[in-house]
Amino acid sequence: MWTVVACLVPPLIISVFIFGIQTLIITAVSVVSCVAVEAASQKLLGREVTIKDGSAVITGMLLAFVIPPGVSPLLPILAAVMAIYIGKHILGGIGYNFFNPALLGRAFLLATFPVAMTSAWLPPLQNGSIMKYIGGIDAVTTATPLAVMKEHGMAAFTKAFGSGGDMYLHFFLGWRPGCIGETSGLLILLGGLFLIYKGYTTWHIPVSILGTIALLSWAFGGKGYFTGDPLLAVLSGGALLGAFFMANDYVTCPTNKRSQIVYGIGIGALTVLIRLKGGYPEGICYAILLMNPLSPVFDGWFKPKRFAPPQGGAK
Amino acid sequence: MLSLLTFPLGGVHPPESKKLTEGLSIEPMPVPDELEVILGQHIGAPCTPIVAKRADVKEGDIIGTVTKGLGVPLHAPAAGKIKDMGMSAHPMRTSAPSITITVDHEAVPAVYEKRDWEKLEPQELLAGVRDGGIIGIGGAGFPTHVKLSPPADNPINTLILNGAECEPYITADHRQMVECAGDIVEGAKILLKILGIQKCVIGIENNKPDAIAAMTKAAKEGSTSKYLIAVNALKVKYPQGSEKQLIQAVTGRKVPAFALPSAVGVVVQNVSTARAVYDAVGLGKPLCEKVVTISGKGIKRQANLLVKIGTKVSDIVAYLGGTVPGLTKVVMGGPMMGFAVSNLDVPVTKTTSAILFLTADEIDTRPHSQCIRCGWCLDACPMGLEPKEIGIYVEANRAEDTEPLGVFECFECGSCAYVCPAKRPLVQFIRLAKMKAKRK
Repeated sequence: MWTVVACLVPPLIISVFIFGIQTLIITAVSVVSCVAVEAASQKLLGREVTIKDGSAVITGMLLAFVIPPGVSPLLPILAAVMAIYIGKHILGGIGYNFFNPALLGRAFLLATFPVAMTSAWLPPLQNGSIMKYIGGIDAVTTATPLAVMKEHGMAAFTKAFGSGGDMYLHFFLGWRPGCIGETSGLLILLGGLFLIYKGYTTWHIPVSILGTIALLSWAFGGKGYFTGDPLLAVLSGGALLGAFFMANDYVTCPTNKRSQIVYGIGIGALTVLIRLKGGYPEGICYAILLMNPLSPVFDGWFKPKRFAPPQGGAK
Repeated sequence: MLSLLTFPLGGVHPPESKKLTEGLSIEPMPVPDELEVILGQHIGAPCTPIVAKRADVKEGDIIGTVTKGLGVPLHAPAAGKIKDMGMSAHPMRTSAPSITITVDHEAVPAVYEKRDWEKLEPQELLAGVRDGGIIGIGGAGFPTHVKLSPPADNPINTLILNGAECEPYITADHRQMVECAGDIVEGAKILLKILGIQKCVIGIENNKPDAIAAMTKAAKEGSTSKYLIAVNALKVKYPQGSEKQLIQAVTGRKVPAFALPSAVGVVVQNVSTARAVYDAVGLGKPLCEKVVTISGKGIKRQANLLVKIGTKVSDIVAYLGGTVPGLTKVVMGGPMMGFAVSNLDVPVTKTTSAILFLTADEIDTRPHSQCIRCGWCLDACPMGLEPKEIGIYVEANRAEDTEPLGVFECFECGSCAYVCPAKRPLVQFIRLAKMKAKRK
């Protein structure tokens, strides 16, 4: 658990340089409230308090990572109650929740504070002036790349974010508007690869999600068929964060490798569907939440291959 | 060198912890004053005593026989007087009927002479194996002569000797392969003659290069036109020494669920069983002693001891200088499949391969928590089962419904429990599930 926390620290640090100290405050509020809600829930339900296992810390960090940097610090507190108490402990505690708690928190905020959640973006800072927003955020000055693309089309996107190598580089490093922890593709990728290298997770879910997003965005994301930009599709929105740190949450993803691939393809397809045809610019949050409860269904479809069946068929 | 053979599905690689004893020669332990010989040494019905209280016995005298079902006779491990027929502590069954012998240290030591077994017919050799009290001493305790009499519709073509010794800590087979390679190969030839086949493969994990060298040399010297004996190095991966996994690694054949190895034309015997077969048939010496690895940081001195069957753990502890402060758990058998004992009066049986004295830093005694469905046990299971599902069923009081999950295919290797991040006692859950599903 603490290794995952460690993997989430670099994207948080870079986020402070991109959006200012505000992101650190939101993340701290989120982590503290998640841990506090976890302790309170377990006390209330008469269970053993297990805040030392680090799972509430991860939820807290991931929750902060998927909300815009310019929101009021009250929002993560409310979301923590939703994520940890309703989304996890009411359902039986760790191991029994069927939705990813952090994403449940984000979905709750999207429904209750739609304006803040879709407009409190901050433009990336220049020259490392990380204290800029302390003392009040007055103006909403920008929109996320996916929102610009959705509402104003590719030409407006190119005008706002540039194109070609520079644009990809900025997006890969994280210098673009977006949620607190989702922008730096590079650091998320490194953290995810480290977790795979350590054997804590496997490639199946991230690769099937990102592969599906890239493929379908290339096929349907452009003006004509097969003219979309697969690289941009993977680098924008929360695709990387979702694929490496959200969708493969042990509790809510399938356990069998074959079902994991089907689950990943499902998430990828729903993400592209929501991005291109749905009402929101970004869809991976809902895509994961929609696939989460199907995990046991997939595990029922695909059983692991047994060593050898009994002689003369099943007994 | 050829690439190492292994099984493809599942498996884990726990710390080997064999350095403590792998370099120590087999050391005969002086016979203690008293031996407690458990009557049920093997799978099947226990023996019935055929000696009276206070009777004098010589080493190798038959003291118990089996009247029905599978079984082999039980011999007096040492000369002495029958003191009692009562109950002894037992690692799995808490207590079991036994014969207690007061050892006569003055008795003339038994002498065994080499016999030319080549002159005997296969049937006579088979009788020698049974009368020598030979069972699968690698751990399963299946009477060897039964394994050597496969059903007529399953022709056998390969004998595999299991020298994998994949359990951490244990080095008893390792030392026997290094020190008694010739006897093991001779035992293999007896087994081949009984089975009426030519081909024997000895599988040894690659972490025992000295054993591989010694066995390769002995196999080369022992092979003739009638007996083709070869050594195969195996990858170090647990449970490489499990019968089905070993057969797959060596021959590529898969034994169907619930079937015996003879279904794919294979008989597997442990290397130490092969040595016991040679002792019984080639020397006329019944199975009355056993090489046991005594290891772990919780005992003063680690050793590979040659002990009489019936020697109590407490006598071994006394001989090795006592335990060390910090001893947390005593395990009979390996750390993966062995049983923790709560009582040091447990006697050594024919299937005891190790006694481990483990300190707190060698084991994990943290309490377990809920299943987080990470699926690591699925990747570790060599039988392709879903241990987590079985555990969840047991916790939900539905243990009797686990048969469709393949609970009876599980051979309790413990790989799932080893990888479980929530420390769940999956093997115990599965044992419970088997019990309840059987009763249904």
